[in-house]
Amino acid sequence: MKLVINKLSFNYNGFPALKDVELEVGLGEVLCIVGPNGSGKTTLIKCINGILKTKYNTVLIDGKDTGKIGLRELSKIMGYVPQNSTSSFPFTVFDIVLMGRRPYIHWSLSERDKEIVSEILKFLGIGKLAMRHFDELSGGEQQKVVIARALAQQPQILLLDEPTSNLDIKHQLEILSILRGLAQSKHCSVIVAMHDLNLASRFSDRLLILKQGCIFAVGTPESVLTEENIESVYGVKSRVTNSVLDRPQVMPIVSVPNGIENSKIASRITSKDK
Amino acid sequence: MSTATELKSLYHKGKKRKILVILSLFLALLIIIIISVSLGAGSPRFNEAIQVILSKLFPFLGFDPGPQITQTIIFDIRLPRVVLAVIAGAGLAASGVAMQGVLKNPLVSPYILGISSAAGFGAALAIALGIGVVTQYGDYIIVANAFVFSILVMLMVYGVARLRGITPESVILAGVAFGFLFSAMTALIQFIAPEHAAVRVVFIWLLGGGLTTATWESILIALPIVLVAIALTMRYSWDMNVMSLGEEVAMSIGVNSKQVIVICMALATLATASIVSFTGAIGFICLVSPHIARMMIGSDHRFLLPCSTVLGACLLLCSDTLARLVLMPSEVPVGIVTALIGVPFFLYLLLSKRRQFWH
Repeated sequence: MKLVINKLSFNYNGFPALKDVELEVGLGEVLCIVGPNGSGKTTLIKCINGILKTKYNTVLIDGKDTGKIGLRELSKIMGYVPQNSTSSFPFTVFDIVLMGRRPYIHWSLSERDKEIVSEILKFLGIGKLAMRHFDELSGGEQQKVVIARALAQQPQILLLDEPTSNLDIKHQLEILSILRGLAQSKHCSVIVAMHDLNLASRFSDRLLILKQGCIFAVGTPESVLTEENIESVYGVKSRVTNSVLDRPQVMPIVSVPNGIENSKIASRITSKDK
Repeated sequence: MSTATELKSLYHKGKKRKILVILSLFLALLIIIIISVSLGAGSPRFNEAIQVILSKLFPFLGFDPGPQITQTIIFDIRLPRVVLAVIAGAGLAASGVAMQGVLKNPLVSPYILGISSAAGFGAALAIALGIGVVTQYGDYIIVANAFVFSILVMLMVYGVARLRGITPESVILAGVAFGFLFSAMTALIQFIAPEHAAVRVVFIWLLGGGLTTATWESILIALPIVLVAIALTMRYSWDMNVMSLGEEVAMSIGVNSKQVIVICMALATLATASIVSFTGAIGFICLVSPHIARMMIGSDHRFLLPCSTVLGACLLLCSDTLARLVLMPSEVPVGIVTALIGVPFFLYLLLSKRRQFWH
């Protein structure tokens, strides 16, 4: 399996969100997409899995244009975990994960479907939650359920949009380790959009930095996460070290150019009229 | 930690319980049908009613067919009405589930989305002003008018929603708006109607008065449409489940939400139109049956749809039976009874369970 993105551009009602993105993702790879708010991370994820319609031959899987693969066939190849997961009606965890089998079932469930769901629940360590209702779970547990649902689609590419942004540090590490393990063992590619540069650095094979809809840099965390790159993309001065882990870690240092000006405005806003 | 096999059997246990609930409701419906037939002026007793019905269904088994007068009461007066109430309750409750499911909104029902208002307008045109889309078929002027206008309103909703993009919001807002429009026009007809008697007939029709004049003919027309619509809607149970996770996630699981919305809305409209054209506007059942069913067996549409269907049949039949009996020899329109007994029952269920049933 090989994902190729070829001169991908996307506009929201004339407002450009992605410009000429070119990328290749191989099997078993974890790719993290980072970049400031509004740089096009979510848009890129949605373009890859066809939620947003792109031009012909811009997203290809094994040389095949995803636009020409039917919705159902595509959902057997790609799984998607959105930024926020809700359900408008209450479902049990088992029922939600079972929904990931939808591309494979017509009316009745096969024993195999239920086996796959049970195995995935067990694999993610949420077997004891199976009959609980999704909306009663904690954020970390919910995130695992949603990943389980995407895995039930037996995808070759897993796309996740900020899967750790609402989680505590333990769950962040746990979720990302699961994704890493998946990429290594299940022969599945994992593409994750995220904000946390340090987590991205720690868990990705390659890192992609987006700036205003363009690829600013792509490569190993070591080659991409440099003090110069971070300053020109985020406008933040930082110190990059790899003294604790063997991956680069970013320590941002406050360096807003007009920081003094801002603090004056802030004090004007917060001070009460006497 | 439970093993994968244990998880599977846990799921099977839950499934068995759901099927049991549906079967019990079905049994309850059969009992309510026979009780309803044996209540009212000149009715046979309970066991007599069973015998007469069985003798007709299975003539070779030798059950006592009873005297001619009992047969007439059961087969020409009581049963058509009971059967139409069952079909109507079932069809309306199924349509309610489908609409709430695809539009992901617990307050939606065929009644609220303008179908009943439009049917009422069509009926009022025929009753009060004598204007009909068909004119040569006497009794069927009202039915045809109601049917045509209820289909028309959904085409109008579809048209408006398409212009804005088919989303739950656009369908609901357009439906509610057109519902108000047709209600206002019905009120206008009642206001300018030349005869007071006609105004009263329209008023009763708007409360489900059509059930009193049920015939086997009306059943023969409504039943196949309702059955086919429910059966086809069942095929979209999985899609409705998936759609509750949101349009984008549904798409990533291979479900085209817009398409499912259009198809299920069309089926629900067809079923509702073919029912209310005969029975008159009946509210509340279509709104509340899905909720009660959801409390009983959860949100999985594979089970929710049949459960709500049978429950709707039970509720409407109970309501109609009471409507016949409480003010004998005159009758209360069924639309009043559904709300009067339905609301306390619903509130009881709502308050006795602590879970939230939608978000």
